[in-house]
Amino acid sequence: MSRNHRVACVALVAAGILVAACGSDTKSSTTASPTTAVAGAAGAATTAAGAATTTAAGSATTAGGSATTAGGAATTSGAGSTVTTTGSTNADGSPAALVDGKIPCTQQYKGKTVTLFSSIRDTEADQLVAGYAAYEKCTGIKVEHEGSGEFEAQLKVRIDGGNAPDVALIPQPGLMADLARAGSLVAQPDLGQYVKDNYLSGYDQIGSVDGQFYGTPLSANVKSLVWYNPAKFKEKGYTIPTTLDELKALSDKIVADGGMPWCAGIESGTATGWPVTDWMEDFMLRLEGPDVYDQWTQHKIPFNDPKVKEVADAVASYLKNDKYMLGGVKSIAVTSFQNGGVGVADGSCYLHHQGSFYSVFFPKGTTVGPDGTVNWFYLPTKSASDPKVILTGGEFMAITKGNDRPEVKDTVLFMASADYVNAEVQLGSRLSANKHMDINLIKSPQDREVAKLLQSSDVARFDGSDSLPGAVGSGTFWKQSTAWIVGASTDEFLSNVEKSWPKS
Amino acid sequence: MGQIFNALKVVVLGIGVFALVLGGIYSITTKLQSRWLEAGQRSLFLGPALILLTVGLIVPAVRTAYNAFFDDTPRHEFVAFGNFVDIFQSHDELTAIRNTVLWVVFGTVFSTVFGLMIAKLADRMRGEALAKALIFLPTAIALVGAGLIWKFVYAPSNQKYGLLNALIRLFHLPRSWGGDGLWLLNPPLNTFLLIVILVWVQTGFATVVFSAAIKGVPDSMLEAARVDGANEREVFFKVIVPSIRPTIITVITTTVIAALKVFDIVKSSTGGNFDTSTIANNVYDHYFISGSPNLGSALAVILFVLVIPVVIVNQRNQSRTRELG
Repeated sequence: MSRNHRVACVALVAAGILVAACGSDTKSSTTASPTTAVAGAAGAATTAAGAATTTAAGSATTAGGSATTAGGAATTSGAGSTVTTTGSTNADGSPAALVDGKIPCTQQYKGKTVTLFSSIRDTEADQLVAGYAAYEKCTGIKVEHEGSGEFEAQLKVRIDGGNAPDVALIPQPGLMADLARAGSLVAQPDLGQYVKDNYLSGYDQIGSVDGQFYGTPLSANVKSLVWYNPAKFKEKGYTIPTTLDELKALSDKIVADGGMPWCAGIESGTATGWPVTDWMEDFMLRLEGPDVYDQWTQHKIPFNDPKVKEVADAVASYLKNDKYMLGGVKSIAVTSFQNGGVGVADGSCYLHHQGSFYSVFFPKGTTVGPDGTVNWFYLPTKSASDPKVILTGGEFMAITKGNDRPEVKDTVLFMASADYVNAEVQLGSRLSANKHMDINLIKSPQDREVAKLLQSSDVARFDGSDSLPGAVGSGTFWKQSTAWIVGASTDEFLSNVEKSWPKS
Repeated sequence: MGQIFNALKVVVLGIGVFALVLGGIYSITTKLQSRWLEAGQRSLFLGPALILLTVGLIVPAVRTAYNAFFDDTPRHEFVAFGNFVDIFQSHDELTAIRNTVLWVVFGTVFSTVFGLMIAKLADRMRGEALAKALIFLPTAIALVGAGLIWKFVYAPSNQKYGLLNALIRLFHLPRSWGGDGLWLLNPPLNTFLLIVILVWVQTGFATVVFSAAIKGVPDSMLEAARVDGANEREVFFKVIVPSIRPTIITVITTTVIAALKVFDIVKSSTGGNFDTSTIANNVYDHYFISGSPNLGSALAVILFVLVIPVVIVNQRNQSRTRELG
């Protein structure tokens, strides 16, 4: 509890009110810290286990996730700039420095705390936290992560209220741009250079607003996937479609065979409707190409342009098709996105369009892979010879105003570095666009496939709705596409979004 | 442990400061000259409350009203009543206003009638305390919790939960009811289903308040009415109801205000989609999601204007009761 906060509490209590408010705040923070500690410990153990397995690959180091991962990288990659993580280690085997020697391990941040605020919760949050255990051990710092289901709304409240987190992990570049232009974030040219040197091309641009760099990429997930049930495919003799026409033909064939081809769910609390926007973006990239995609997200063509309507109609032929959708079209509006695709695992539907992150939402015991319960294929392009377009999403780490302390910057640098990225990929499915992400360290073969897809794409575009202005991207686009699913016409949907575009 | 200790320290310190301030005020007022005594006492005791009211309520209210007359472009230009014109021309906002009226009318009528009915029927019944406790239970649940609980009740039939659909199946009722089991999707039925949640919560409050009031009606009055030949219906409508009139008005105004401000239930069940939004929900969306805070301010002003008459009625009612008492 900060000093200011304490003073404020005393003042309020003195006035005889809000004793409860102070009490509850303390309660939540006390309950939060043990959980973090446990998650951290568990994560450290996992990393150590991962390290133990990779040492067999030839690295001399034993404990300490980062040093080992660097060792792994050295043995495998060889391509590109090498990940020379200092090379030296302390007597106990822990690394002497992190991020190519940029962060020395001298307990320099002992007693200091950095707070992260994000929309990441549950399993994903545990993985996020576990990944920086090595950094905490190295510098003595305490990194506190808090995930909220109402992240978008809460972040603004906390910034306006003078209670901003040190680092906000923002999944929408559009929201980040709004905050940057309002002066709530601090530009980070050094981190921008690091990202330019170490990330897939274009990522330094996505993190920039009006030429200034604010958002350091954290994770990257791939959106353009279709989940399917391999056993049922084999049983019926279906094959993986390689063009959009084949996908359509497959869907019709499943209907003809008496099956239910698709399942979906778009309910997501305040953000209800977002999975529809992913469909729109994926089809926009495939039917109209990346150039029109950029014109669309930059509002150089209106939202109700005939080209956009063509895309919406194509999406409607799947999402608004009662013959295709498990439970009927309208039911997907009240089915949560987490439950949207579970039908693929139990065989009640054949296909589900959702990003790579969806693997964690399948029921316990679900295996992913060609011989597993579920598997995915790349949402095909219009024709097989088209360039391989890919839609990505992910969070960006933005440092808030007044909080660009050295330990905060180093925390962001560490979490963008290969050390963190390669610790994360061993823990779960959180991938990164960092060029030094070592595909061979990824535990699950399927995540490895996703990573390969990411690195092999010809054209990558960031989730469009997330880079639109907040009023549209996290407002009317979600709301109106929900109304569209429930019954509004395509014209109403598109012109209502167009009308809501902020006047500048 | 450290956190708990800190919290305790803050609470103890806070109470200490509170006692000190009050003690200080008291000792100052008693030492004041009699001429200044009354004025001094007044300002010292009212001062802190007034300051907090100003900072916490009046300033934000005035600021909100002021912002309502500016647009949401980065330049924040003065648009006079532009935002209000936009609101009354927008289908979404008008739907929200219509829904809020539905909430106020049906939420209030049903909570009050059910509350009165249950209070009367349970009065002097065996197991009255238990019955009232059960009716009162939902009142203790946060509206967000209530919204989530009922979201499961109304869940579509292809999910693993969904009490209402299970009941429909159990009694072999037509599936077309509620639009093939998609209860929360079809306006205007969905708004009424959400109003049920408020009634569920609010009836408990009404019951407890009415029950206490009914017990306050003197037995001698009821006896006298019966001796004069009144039947039980007449006793209820012509003796009990007029006697507890101030209580009825208090319950109605409290429920009207709760219904006008309804937000948590809508947000947690449908998120305001499917034409179920209310004014308060749209205020939130404009403020925190769509980045149009000034339009949201205009909506908040409309909500405020709607609440004022209710507050006035409540105040009048209270002062009248005080005069009678």
